[in-house]
Amino acid sequence: MRITCPFCGERELGEFTYLGDAKPQRPSADAGEDAVYDYVYLRDNIAGVMSEHWYHGGGCRAWLKVTRNTLTHEISAVEAAAGAGAAKVGA
Amino acid sequence: MAGDQANRLTSGGLIDRSTALSFRFDGENFLGFKGDTLASALVANGVKLVGRSFKYHRPRGILTAGSEEPNALVELRSGARREPNTKATTAELYEGLEAASQNRWPSLNFDVMSVNQLFAPIFVAGFYYKTFMWPAKFWEAIYEPAIRRAAGLGRAAGVSDPDHYDKAWAHCDVVIVGSGPAGLAAALAAGRSGARVILCEEDFVLGGRLLANGGTIDGLPAAEWVARTVAELEALPDVRIMTRTTLFGVYDGGTYGAIEHVNDHLPVPPEHQVRQRLWRIVARRCVVAAGAIERPIVFAGNDTPGVMMASAMRSYINRYAAAPARRIALFTNNEDGWRTAETAIAAGLQVAAVIDARPDVSPAHRSLASKGGFPVLHGSVSAVDGGKTGVRKISVSLTGGARAEVEADGLAVSGGWNPAVGPTSYHRGRPKWRDDIAAFVPDGVPPGMAAAGAANGAFGLGACLREGFEAGAAAARDAGRSGNIGSMPAADDEIFSITPLWHVAGKGKAFVDQQHDVTASDVELAQREGFQSVEHLKRYTTLGMATDQGKTSNVAGLAIMAAVSGKSIPETGTTIYRPPYVPVAIGAFAGHHRDENFHATRLTPSHHWAAELGAVFVDTGLWKRAQWYPRAGEKDWLESVTREVKAVRSGVGFCDVSTLGKIDVHGPDAGAFLDRVYINAFSSLAVGKGRYGLMLREDGIVYDDGTTSRLAEDHYFLTTTTAKAGLVMQHLEFCRQVLFPELDVQLTSVSDQWAQFSIAGPKTRDLLQEIVDPAEDLSNEGFPFMGAREVKLRGGLKARLFRISFSGEMAFEISVPARHGEAMARNLMIAGEPFGVTPYGTEALGVMRIEKGHVAGPELNGTTTAGDLGLGKMMSTKKDFIGRVMARREALVAPNRQVVVGIKPTDKARRLRSGAHIIPKGETPGPENDQGYVTSVCFSPVLDQWIGLGLVERGRERIGEIVRAHDPLRSEDYDVELCNSVFYDPDGGRQRG
Ligand SMILES: [Zn+2]
Repeated sequence: MRITCPFCGERELGEFTYLGDAKPQRPSADAGEDAVYDYVYLRDNIAGVMSEHWYHGGGCRAWLKVTRNTLTHEISAVEAAAGAGAAKVGA
Repeated sequence: MAGDQANRLTSGGLIDRSTALSFRFDGENFLGFKGDTLASALVANGVKLVGRSFKYHRPRGILTAGSEEPNALVELRSGARREPNTKATTAELYEGLEAASQNRWPSLNFDVMSVNQLFAPIFVAGFYYKTFMWPAKFWEAIYEPAIRRAAGLGRAAGVSDPDHYDKAWAHCDVVIVGSGPAGLAAALAAGRSGARVILCEEDFVLGGRLLANGGTIDGLPAAEWVARTVAELEALPDVRIMTRTTLFGVYDGGTYGAIEHVNDHLPVPPEHQVRQRLWRIVARRCVVAAGAIERPIVFAGNDTPGVMMASAMRSYINRYAAAPARRIALFTNNEDGWRTAETAIAAGLQVAAVIDARPDVSPAHRSLASKGGFPVLHGSVSAVDGGKTGVRKISVSLTGGARAEVEADGLAVSGGWNPAVGPTSYHRGRPKWRDDIAAFVPDGVPPGMAAAGAANGAFGLGACLREGFEAGAAAARDAGRSGNIGSMPAADDEIFSITPLWHVAGKGKAFVDQQHDVTASDVELAQREGFQSVEHLKRYTTLGMATDQGKTSNVAGLAIMAAVSGKSIPETGTTIYRPPYVPVAIGAFAGHHRDENFHATRLTPSHHWAAELGAVFVDTGLWKRAQWYPRAGEKDWLESVTREVKAVRSGVGFCDVSTLGKIDVHGPDAGAFLDRVYINAFSSLAVGKGRYGLMLREDGIVYDDGTTSRLAEDHYFLTTTTAKAGLVMQHLEFCRQVLFPELDVQLTSVSDQWAQFSIAGPKTRDLLQEIVDPAEDLSNEGFPFMGAREVKLRGGLKARLFRISFSGEMAFEISVPARHGEAMARNLMIAGEPFGVTPYGTEALGVMRIEKGHVAGPELNGTTTAGDLGLGKMMSTKKDFIGRVMARREALVAPNRQVVVGIKPTDKARRLRSGAHIIPKGETPGPENDQGYVTSVCFSPVLDQWIGLGLVERGRERIGEIVRAHDPLRSEDYDVELCNSVFYDPDGGRQRG
């Protein structure tokens, strides 16, 4: 499998680390225990197109949001996490 | 006699008759020629019996001339280089080659285990599952060892492989698999268009089936066309031809695995060269022109030596000028098989008869028969007479019921052709059935791949060239190459007319899978016993599960299954195809990653200095760390470690702690960021101070700990444990980039940039004052406990100095740029001499941390909370942080949790062992009374006894209680006292002093 890192270009799987479902958003500080429980434990495991977090630890150390079909391993989109790179959101 | 190449034809072949090679097979000397395989040299020498079969020890000969060979497996080479299960049909002959037949005892000609044939009923389908089910003890003690001796393949060398293996990457536009007519035509089109092409050919000669069949292309004899084409390809700058290279797997994103047999054709690889190289080829497009595999027909005695695939006979005769037999019978159900009769006649061999299962034979072949003076028998082979000396007589059931007998010393068989659908099916593609050729062809081909020629079911030579050329051109175009591809090579198309025939009913064993000794009746039995799916059939009978992966047997097996279940072949379907296409040595996958190079080794900055001192090193992750520094006269590690601890506690010592993870945290929001990742506050930390920090996972369990110091308003220096250095960096990057992108903060890993030493003991300041610039104030006022700042060293070098203590003594940690680490160690030794400075290793470090009650890896074990570690009070209630909410869950704050507590044996002479379980006094050891266990132990020089830390239920409320340490692994059971986990200087006066 190969992933096209927005910073480094097309790179081999071995440079990346998989984390999992990128959909859940970390709840705000006052969201309550149930919301945090869901965030920590409820993960989709889709047979099909999924949005996932991958880490380019063997390259630029960017966290990526990868859209991957878990049945075919086809990767249809790769974007850097909001805070990846040097530029700051809103800065 | 054997050894004189009696069956070598006097002319022809792609062998170099001027280079004779001597070799040994089962201890007997033979000669062959350069260009031979071991199999062709054996054929030329009239050797028909080459092995004994897996279960029944039946005599077996050579069936094929390629990598699909099920029978002719040998142990190649000897000693440490002995390779079992090597196919004689692909092993290139070299001077001095040694090979031995397998699975026979005491000799190939006289094999005791062939009595297995008499016990055949116990070896039927599923014999592993049913015959030896009961009693269980018999299985382990008697049955399995007996079966292992009786049934099997070759023997592994049993010693370390002395050769080297390599792994490499290659990138190209188009990878082409196979160099037959389709592959060469594809390479021509793609190469001419300007594409970067890699052409993989598993053979050591290019040409594929042209080598066996000949033919005419563009008006040239096939051999000339191949030579011309290869010359043109070699002249193209971006075409790379890799012979002896088999593409074995197809992976995601256009990545292909290939194994190159770099030096397997030599007795020993030349110095500094590898035996094999594992390639990972990344290609935009792939053209599979891997050809087709001729399939056998299953009939009684079809495994008799001398029965050979019709196309293999053509290979031996045309390519190797070796006659597999003098008087050949041919059994075919298709037009293509007849070529072997043509070849035999052209080579001056006798054709005994052609047995054709079809009702009609073409007029051309009828006239061939009358010219050659041999009969054409319409019918099928029902039995073969012959044993280990090979085929003698063939019984034929004629259409209409009559019988005939044919005398011959070889039987060529052609049951049609199966396209090599492996590579095109490795992404779970299911090949589809084509009635006209009675074969499965590729379907559901992986993205970027196309099959061409015989691999795609196009068997005619002209069609192969057309399909190959077009596929090569399309692949290059898809890869963005648009050069002029010139004209397409052309040839006539032969007629391929087949009437399927899979199995001839008859008496005697008829083998489907010759390598695993699976017979037609095994397949029928499995079906009767309810194994309806081909996947079940495969596993129950083990059909297709041998080293050849059923290349010659799978389709016949499922055709027989279809027949008995009354279903069609496409309804029955194929099993899933999985790589590797051919066996690949584990050594090739490992490459250079073996022995001391199994993984990278990280050396601390002071490693070489420590080695000079004779330090004993311990592997911690990738690191080699000095564990202790033995001195002359010390009888064991404990004596050395005790000395080191005492020296630190009474004077001064130092230890290389560079293995800690070190991260620079920069930016206006650095403090706010650390507040969110640690349970305690860091934004409130004063510049010039450090603080111990604890991180949780989001589920509330402790993740890592370490000291983080504030060097400037917007700059923190964070340390992690050695074990988690990389993972914490990854975690913090996740927090920064994904969870808190709004924070203006940057992280830089500086683990390798700084050499860090812990200097500890009451005389630390005395020593440090010799190292740092005299202007630096190291007094308690000028550099208080937990102070952290940059200092200047004598000589002007800048360093970072932290007043932190893991040992419980007055201590500093000093960081210098890594390149000065070794010099720093040497300097500390020189400057510290007047103070009796003592270098100490990780063992003394561990002793002092246990004496001090500090938690480490054994306590931060992925199940403990901050509260369990006695650090619950650090948890801030004024801010959000990772793990805050989940850490409050009921079970994580339950009062009966196992928490860190000190443990010491009541008998002071007793040795405490980690792993011992804590059981209340008077209770029976067992899960119901298990209250925890000992996590860390050491011999404490201060207390002069063994002490430890443990995780014990309500431990902190039970200080003073006597409990049992129960250690069933070591058969120990003794009383221990639960105590305060801080054994040494509980008030902390020494570290603040
Ligand atoms: Zn990258």
